[in-house]
This record gives sequence, C-alpha cells and structure tokens, in this order.
Amino acid sequence: MSLLSVRDLTVKFAMREQTVTALNGISFDLAKGERLGIVGESGAGKSITGFALMNLLSRPGFIDHGQIMFEGEDVVTMNDRQLRGMRGNRMAMIFQDPMVTLNPVLTIGQQMIETLMAHRKLSREEARQIAIVKLREVYIPSPEERLEQYPHELSGGMRQRIIIAIALLLDPQLIIADEPTTALDVTIQADIMELLLELCQSNQVGLILITHDLGVVSQMTERTLVMYAGRIIEAGRTREIINDPQHPYTQGLINALPQQTLPGQRLKQIPGNMPSLTNIPPGCPFNPRCEYATDLCRSRIPEISHYGEVEVACHEVQRLQSNDARREVKA
Amino acid sequence: MSSNTMTSATEPSRFAKIWNSNIGYSFRKNPVAIVSMAIFLIIAMSALLSPLLAPYDPYDPASIDIMNSEYPPFWVSGSLPEFSLGTDDQGRDLWSTILYGTRLSLLIGICAVALQAFLGISIGLIAGYVGGRLDSLLMRLADIQLSFSTLMVAIIFLAVTQAMFGSETFNQYAVFFLIAVIGVAEWPQYARTVRATVLAEKKKEYVDSARVLGFGPGRIMVRHILPNSLSPIFVISTVQVANAIISEASLSFLGLGMPPSQPSLGSLISSGFDYIFSGSWWITVIPGVVLVVLVLVINLLGDWMRDVLNPKLYKG
Repeated sequence: MSLLSVRDLTVKFAMREQTVTALNGISFDLAKGERLGIVGESGAGKSITGFALMNLLSRPGFIDHGQIMFEGEDVVTMNDRQLRGMRGNRMAMIFQDPMVTLNPVLTIGQQMIETLMAHRKLSREEARQIAIVKLREVYIPSPEERLEQYPHELSGGMRQRIIIAIALLLDPQLIIADEPTTALDVTIQADIMELLLELCQSNQVGLILITHDLGVVSQMTERTLVMYAGRIIEAGRTREIINDPQHPYTQGLINALPQQTLPGQRLKQIPGNMPSLTNIPPGCPFNPRCEYATDLCRSRIPEISHYGEVEVACHEVQRLQSNDARREVKA
Repeated sequence: MSSNTMTSATEPSRFAKIWNSNIGYSFRKNPVAIVSMAIFLIIAMSALLSPLLAPYDPYDPASIDIMNSEYPPFWVSGSLPEFSLGTDDQGRDLWSTILYGTRLSLLIGICAVALQAFLGISIGLIAGYVGGRLDSLLMRLADIQLSFSTLMVAIIFLAVTQAMFGSETFNQYAVFFLIAVIGVAEWPQYARTVRATVLAEKKKEYVDSARVLGFGPGRIMVRHILPNSLSPIFVISTVQVANAIISEASLSFLGLGMPPSQPSLGSLISSGFDYIFSGSWWITVIPGVVLVVLVLVINLLGDWMRDVLNPKLYKG
C-alpha cells in the first residue's frame, strides 16, 4: 500500500471578485520511503501542494475537492484534533528560510522539548534526551549546549540542521521539504541535501522535495513531478525526466540550465512568463510559450497520459518524438 | 563542520546578562533614564516602606489631633519640628500622608494596568489571531469603548456605584472600584496594540512552522506569538501606569475616588484645594509636586524604553 495517495486535488483561492484555481486536479502516489521531487517555476503551485498535503491552507485558499489518503486516512476530511495529531507527528515539513522558521524568543531546547511533549507523554528529562539524540543525528556538535541557545546565536546551516532535527523528532513517515536550501549558500546546500538524503534513506522516511533546482532533484529523488500553472504536466522516474524530457516545458527547463550552454553563449530561456492564475489561457496553459503549439493546443486542455516510461500532458508529444527522431537521422 | 566556538567556562549570571545586553548598554549611556529610574525607585521604595518610614499613621484617627492642623513645612516660619512637611487641614502629618498616598496611587495605577493588560492582551490576541468576524466585532467594541472618554465612563460608573451602595460601603471598597473602572475603561489601548503586532507576527514563518508541528491555536497564541509581541506591550504599560495614576488622581480630585480618611495623592490635592487661598498652599502643592514627578519619571522611562525596543532604530 502506498504511504500517500493524492487524487484529483483541487485548491482554489476565493479572491474578492472571483475564485481562482491554484491547483487543478493533482494526482500522484508516494510509496513508503520513496523520495519525490516537485519542480516548476515560481507560482506553479509547488508550495501550495505542500501546504495542501498538510491541510494547512489558510484563507483565502481552500481545498475545493479531492482526496489525500495518508496512511489510509483522508487528510481533507480530518477534524482539527486529528490534524494536530498528524502534523509534526506523522507528517513533518521543512521550510525555505531557516532564519525565520525558528521562534526567535525560545531556546532550541524549549522548541524541541515542547514539540515532543505536545505529541508524546514524556517527562521533560526524557524529551531532552531525545532532543539530544536527534541533534547528534544531524551532526550538531555538543548538542547539550545548543539546547540552551537561541536561534540568533547559530548560523544558517546550523539552524537548518536543527529544523531537520525538529522535523525528525517524532519519527514521521513523510517529510515535505519546501525549498530547504534556497536560503543557504552553495557549499552548505550540498551538506544539508546529503544529510536529508542520508536520514531519509536510513529511517525509511518518505520525502517530498519541492524545488526549482533540477540538479538537486536528480540527486535526491527517485520520481519527479513537473508542475505548470497548477497542473502536473509531466511525471515519472527522475532519471527519465532529466535525460529524456517529453513535455516541451520540461525540455525548456532542462535546456535553460547553465550547463547546457557553452561559455559566452546566452542562456536558453523559455520565452514569456507563467500566466497569472486569474488569466490562464484556454487550452494547454503552456501554449503561448510553446514553439510547437497548434490549434488543438489552443483550444483543448491535454489529459495526462502514459507515453513510454513517463506520463505527459501534451497533445503534440508524439509528433515531437518523431521530429526528434528525424533530426537525429539527419545529424 | 564548524568548530565549537562557545566557551562554556563561566555562565554569566542573569543580572550580568541584562546589564551587558543592548538594553543595559543603552540604559548606562542614557543619563535621563538613569536619573528617572533612580527617582522612580526612590519613590516606589519609600511608598512601599511607608509604614516603616512614616513617623505617624495617617489612617489612625487616634494619632491625629485637629489642633495640629495647617502647620507649614519646615522652611516656613511657624513650623513645628515634628511635622517636617507641615500638616493638613485635619492635623495629619503631611509627610506620612504623602507616603501612604503615594503607595495607594501606585497600587491603584499598577493593578489597574494589570487588569487593562489582561483584558486587552487576551482580546487583542484572539482578535488578531482568529481574525474575520470575531476580529471585526471585538475591534468595533474597542472603538465604541474608546469613543467614550475614560473619565466620563469612570465618573458615570463611580457616581452610580456610590449612589447604589451608599458612600459608607463605597469608601470601604473604593480601591477596588477605582481599579476596576480604570482597568475596564482603558483596555482598548492594549487590545489595539496587541492586535496590530499579532497581525504582523502571524504572517511570520515560525507561526507556520508551529502549526506544522501540530500545536493548537491556544498554544501558538500564548507561547509563540505573545512573547514576540512583548516590546510594544512593555512600552504602553509604562505610559498606561502614568495615565492610570493621573486618572485616579483626577477622580479622587473630583470626589469620586479615595475618601479623605484614606487619601491618595489625588484626594490629598483635592482636600488642600479649599485652603489654598487661605495661605495653606502646601497641602495641595507638595503632593502635587510628588504626583507630577512620579508621572514624569514614568513617562521618561517609557520614552526611553520605546526608543530602545523600537526595532526600526536598531535592526535597521
């Protein structure tokens, strides 16, 4: 049985004049201990997906319909009590900026012990011991002293380690990491990612990694979802998606990587911007930016369907494939 | 891994920590704050220790002799050596009466502010955190409350209670009535400030992360948001203590506060007012000066605290 099974998840935002759809029928599965990447531009709905999985959307956002089965229970229909029991305990979340995620007026120890005692019947001393063990697991030196310190006394990398330790405190089955290293510098990014990977593998914890960094996704995850304007447009094994992307948007993303360009050349960017949610074009949402767009693309929304190893939502995928083949023959 | 830079040799004491912090530093560098704090502490300590410091007990009718009334303070000719600041119209030693009166004024001021703070912080936290209709309802209530002036509310309330219970009972419980009425009349000040801070704090990621960890709204409000909203609360608290002391003095001056048998600074000023033109100016002026100095130093301390705690001034 899969750990997490999302079906037709639709999230809307009630704006003053109208209701806009931020997530449009998202479906995916996650097996126990599996690591899934969600990639896309800013505004594609990646972070909203993360929040929706926790059922944490606050006004004006709300889950319109859909199902989020987590360990056999539907997160969408849980009451507040059940949600509180689940959050932090079975499903944890790591945020982008470690500088602002920890409460500035509580010591690290207070924050960790409070979390443990809110979910488990433990004495303060037992909770402290668990906190120390978890800090060791994330390679924090002299954890006893760290417990007495305030967040501002620690560096960004150290804080993100502590945040990971807090996420792991209650041995959750799933961690949602929303751009966990965006706010850190590059050398620390690699450390943190390696740590997260190691911890997920050794504890059999499922991971949903939300990022715009395809390099990170290729190192960290087994499967990848590519999102665009609130829809999944390509899904499959990470290796296939990186090596042989089918959707023109995914291809564009990969071609835009600096590694794909010779020094001195301009970076190959995808022309245009992601449409705003209030103004999504008819048909395939990507069509105004797509060089292969046809009349069909401009009128009908493509369904996501199996194509070879991956699932793609594109009308033109077959034609693209044959074009590629022809081009290869010419070359 | 980074090396362990913390030296755990000697843990500084709590006082040393405060002394060496930003606040301690700015305090040491600010003569106005030091002087204000010193004067405030002197007034507060002598008020607190008034039973020990005062040569007479002004609440004890047996120790009062009407024949001693209206002796001037020591620097005016005709004074008696046993009454250093002179006596009032009933023959009470003014120095003792001022000490006891200051104690009452401070007590009422601080308790009234504690009540304001309790009401205002709870309502402000709930309004800011829950938001929506409840927020609108509570804040409209606060607006309505603010549109009545504090004194007007207090006068109506105190006059009605005085008529209801009779002045005998009223005088007996005057302290509690004053605390209640000043406390209830001014809660919107706290509620508005706290609500504004909560609205700003609630958007910060540590609140999201607290929700993600499965904490309930009560715990998030009290343990996570409230401690982060304390600086503006401190600042308005000092100003509000000064305001409450003034309100109490005004009400007593109007005859709606402390009875003449247990005078606060305000009722002392009021009782001396009848004699100001007959030459006994000291009964009004000396307690008046004490009141002004007390309120002034509290306000100066509040000003200093606002400068120190204002994040715009040091976080850049």
